[in-house]
Amino acid sequence: MSPVRESVMQSARRRDNMVRVLLYSLLLIGAALALLPMVWMVSASLMPSGEASTYPPHFFPSRVTFAHYADLFTRLNLGRYLLNSAFVALVVTISSLAINSMAGYAFAKLRFRGRERLFRVLSTGLVLPVQVAMLPLFLLMKNLGLINTYWGVIIPGMASIFGIFLVRQYALAIPDEMLDAARVDGASEFRIFWSIVVPGIVPILATLSIWTFLATWNDFMWPLIVLSDESHYTLPVALANLSGEHAQDTELMMAGSVLTVIPVMLVFLFLQRYYIQGVMAGSVKG
Amino acid sequence: MSTRRLRMPAEAGTAAWFFLAPALLLIGVFFFLPVAAALLLSVTDFDLYGIASPGNTRFIGLRNYTRLLNTPDFWTALRNTFYFAFVGGPLTIAAALGAALLLSSKLVRFKGFFRTVYFTPFVTTLVAVAIVWRYLYHTRYGLFNFGLAKLGIGPIDWLGDPHWAMPAIILMAVWKGFGYNMLIFIAGLQSIPEELYDAAEIDGAGPFRRFFNITLPMLAPTLVFVAVITMIGYFQLFAEPYVMTQGGPLRSTTSVVLLMYEEGFRWWRMGYAAAIAFVLFLVILLATLVQFRLQKERA
Repeated sequence: MSPVRESVMQSARRRDNMVRVLLYSLLLIGAALALLPMVWMVSASLMPSGEASTYPPHFFPSRVTFAHYADLFTRLNLGRYLLNSAFVALVVTISSLAINSMAGYAFAKLRFRGRERLFRVLSTGLVLPVQVAMLPLFLLMKNLGLINTYWGVIIPGMASIFGIFLVRQYALAIPDEMLDAARVDGASEFRIFWSIVVPGIVPILATLSIWTFLATWNDFMWPLIVLSDESHYTLPVALANLSGEHAQDTELMMAGSVLTVIPVMLVFLFLQRYYIQGVMAGSVKG
Repeated sequence: MSTRRLRMPAEAGTAAWFFLAPALLLIGVFFFLPVAAALLLSVTDFDLYGIASPGNTRFIGLRNYTRLLNTPDFWTALRNTFYFAFVGGPLTIAAALGAALLLSSKLVRFKGFFRTVYFTPFVTTLVAVAIVWRYLYHTRYGLFNFGLAKLGIGPIDWLGDPHWAMPAIILMAVWKGFGYNMLIFIAGLQSIPEELYDAAEIDGAGPFRRFFNITLPMLAPTLVFVAVITMIGYFQLFAEPYVMTQGGPLRSTTSVVLLMYEEGFRWWRMGYAAAIAFVLFLVILLATLVQFRLQKERA
């Protein structure tokens, strides 16, 4: 190799290295900023009472204590809210899986009159903000006797336009020949759905269930409106309520926040591949 | 193909309606019907007396809307919401694009790790992190002011000063939301053909020219999509001010949805609140149309 060429490559490599240092510095600063509030939340939840309100602020506890977690479960009924949230999120997730997958499949693969028009009408729902529906929905729920019940939160979440879109998009790829072959063999439409379609769309069902679970768990405004009795509160509603009463108990509030965030965080970290697929599916559709 | 058309009709058509029925029923009754009813509600004086007995409700035409336009609180809420959407939205998008560009560099490894870290705030529970940030913003004990003090910047009353409360909420929203847009940008960047960059490099275009002449134009459709969904989401601002500031101080963080919530579910002026909800819908619709129009003009 000629000395000139060698020096050119060397300088290119040096430039690459400098750029690399710069990129990694930026990425690490970004990562630190993204994680800092969460790390502080966990750290403060383990501090003895009052330590999160000192100057200069402590970032790490001087002594680790789980007293605030114990307090939440024994004195403040947090176990109840945790169960409420889990129940509501699970029921919504399971029913949305069944209901949206059936509808998504029908829009993708079954032919019936008015299919395209119906689908267009449904799409307009995507631009309607949910808050517009909330006032009459409250009155409707009141007439059905569902105010202050879990069902008042669950029922409006059981079917979703986004979920139907997600499944439809994916189900379009199922070959018609496969469905027809089953029809020739005399399989019923439901049988076809259950033993051919469902196994074929498992990945998108995983995506749908994680999205639904996280969205329901994190939802705040509608549960806040529907649930008036404390014993029915979901975690975010209970937490917002507690944060009014116990604003001074920083460490206690942080423990409550940790317990609210940890379940969704675990679900996300273990199943993020499927979750991210949902982001992409949403963006491709436009 | 032809055999399928011949055999498909009757049976599959009936089956289709069985498959659709639960979803259509639920979405129809618990979403489309209430939306339509909201329009009706907004031309009545439905309030606490109406809840007690619907007979107390009268049709009042557009009076809720005219009252709305003459109420300073409404204009304040609208201005705050615009502030949040038009400052917070672009900041979120800029942060997302920056992160996506960093993570698309060929020189960087551990991309999966950084992507997960940046996306994590997005999946967290808004109410919980809003409470966390409220403490981070504490004037005396919060980490923000501690960090600023190290830089010699005096304490800021983040959530207690009407000028700082909205920027504080925006900062948190950027932190929480940019990861989602980042993922969409990463996908958009991956779809730009490598040859374009190679050709530009041979022509001697530097990184900035390549960014403005290739990346940005090729990313335009993604950008519009991201802008639209971010705006739609940001116009619905509610939980952040509800938890962090209760709309204060001096109503500087009261959003349109928060106003609707207060009017409708605290004071039970539901007709009036329905009018607020419809104005919100119109604003979102308008913003969406404008952004699509802008995209078309560029193309």
